[in-house]
Amino acid sequence: MTAFPEKLALWIDQVPVAVARGTSVAAALAQRPPGVARVSVRGEERAPLCGMGICHECRVTIDGRRMLACQTVCEDGMDIRTGLAETTEAGP
Amino acid sequence: MSRVADVLVIGAGIVGAACARALAERGLSVHVIDARRGGATASGMGHLVVMDDNPAELELSRLSLEAWRRWGADMQRDGASGCDYMQCGTLWVAQDDAEMAAAEDKRERLQTHGIACELLGSEALAAREPLLRAGLAGALRVPGDAIVYAPNAAGWLLRDSNLPITQEHARVRRIEDRAVELEDGSTRRAGAVVLAAGMHSAELCPDLPLRPKKGQLAITDRYPGALHHQVVELGYVTSAHNHEGTSVAFNVQPRPTGQLLIGSSREFDNVRPEVDAALLARMLRRALRYAPALAQLQVLRTWTGIRPASPDGLPLIGAHPTRDGLWLAVGHEGLGVTTAPATAELLAALMAGDTLSFDPAPVAPGRFARGHRA
Repeated sequence: MTAFPEKLALWIDQVPVAVARGTSVAAALAQRPPGVARVSVRGEERAPLCGMGICHECRVTIDGRRMLACQTVCEDGMDIRTGLAETTEAGP
Repeated sequence: MSRVADVLVIGAGIVGAACARALAERGLSVHVIDARRGGATASGMGHLVVMDDNPAELELSRLSLEAWRRWGADMQRDGASGCDYMQCGTLWVAQDDAEMAAAEDKRERLQTHGIACELLGSEALAAREPLLRAGLAGALRVPGDAIVYAPNAAGWLLRDSNLPITQEHARVRRIEDRAVELEDGSTRRAGAVVLAAGMHSAELCPDLPLRPKKGQLAITDRYPGALHHQVVELGYVTSAHNHEGTSVAFNVQPRPTGQLLIGSSREFDNVRPEVDAALLARMLRRALRYAPALAQLQVLRTWTGIRPASPDGLPLIGAHPTRDGLWLAVGHEGLGVTTAPATAELLAALMAGDTLSFDPAPVAPGRFARGHRA
């Protein structure tokens, strides 16, 4: 038996989410359709697009730091905030 | 063949647009031709900054900042929000006592010319801009400086329906006598031609002493409130005035969205559009010396642009020294967005024979001509 739990517990916009180990944050977002990551300057909802760190549409705030969801692997206890939840943007 | 307008302006960047507007406000009809190839207007920071390295630059930028404040109010009245004019002021940051002495000299020079500014000590600077590292010597704050999104500002300048301005998107192949030939072989005639095509001007007028000075910029994700002023290192002036070699300087601007625009670099005679990763790294490392917290921010995009530099760092504004009917507003290097208003006023006044707002000799195109005596 493996010592690792099969599922990781994390939070997306303060809602608990369980994902398999090895899941990207972008895939975790997709568990909550339509998987919005951020909101554009003009208020449009945006979701992961290229999946390879180029388009920057999937930027979210993870534990207080802005990161690309598609380039980040989920860790147990992560606090992920999308643009939908952010009332105040993360500072530097 | 009939005239298309009183004046043809080549180039719809910020300088061409400002010239077109200044001429149209004098009652002349203006036809603007632009190839939509892009230039320094589209790639630069849009920092509106009083520069004081020589009297002519100070006068051009001082008068221009006054005009930009009026334009900023007009843009707001017109609801031209995409112009993003914001009077955020400039902080000229001093690392040590020697640079603080330079800041004091600058304060005196600016105040002598009626430009409001104040010195901030180390703690006052830290309180104003917590993004900067502790222990900097201080800064000179110039509150009248501003920022603008120059491509939209250029569009706004040309859009006033009360002014006799027409526009055409086409590439000019040749400048003729009070006319231009377009790529499709057709000709546009006018009473005079104004060349304001930035670095592209040298292709149409090869005798212009313009040299490309490439720059690189990075822009971050949105971090509202992270920075309030455009912050520039005092050593920027040294970097900006080198005549050879490649240099970087710390220069960061808060966009109205909360994004940060990070510069700057200067590299001669490289017109390739690619970002140079090693130079970008050097530029960002320079920025981290002043603001280590930038390392926590996400950079979204990087790009390059070309500044059209003249041999003495001042633009060429006025009549072409030998070609009748051809007028020049070129060679603004990295200061074209700032000095577009005063450039346009001077050029329009020269063309109309009006009273001049300042001495045109330091920017006269003929100053580089062979055998020229000042």
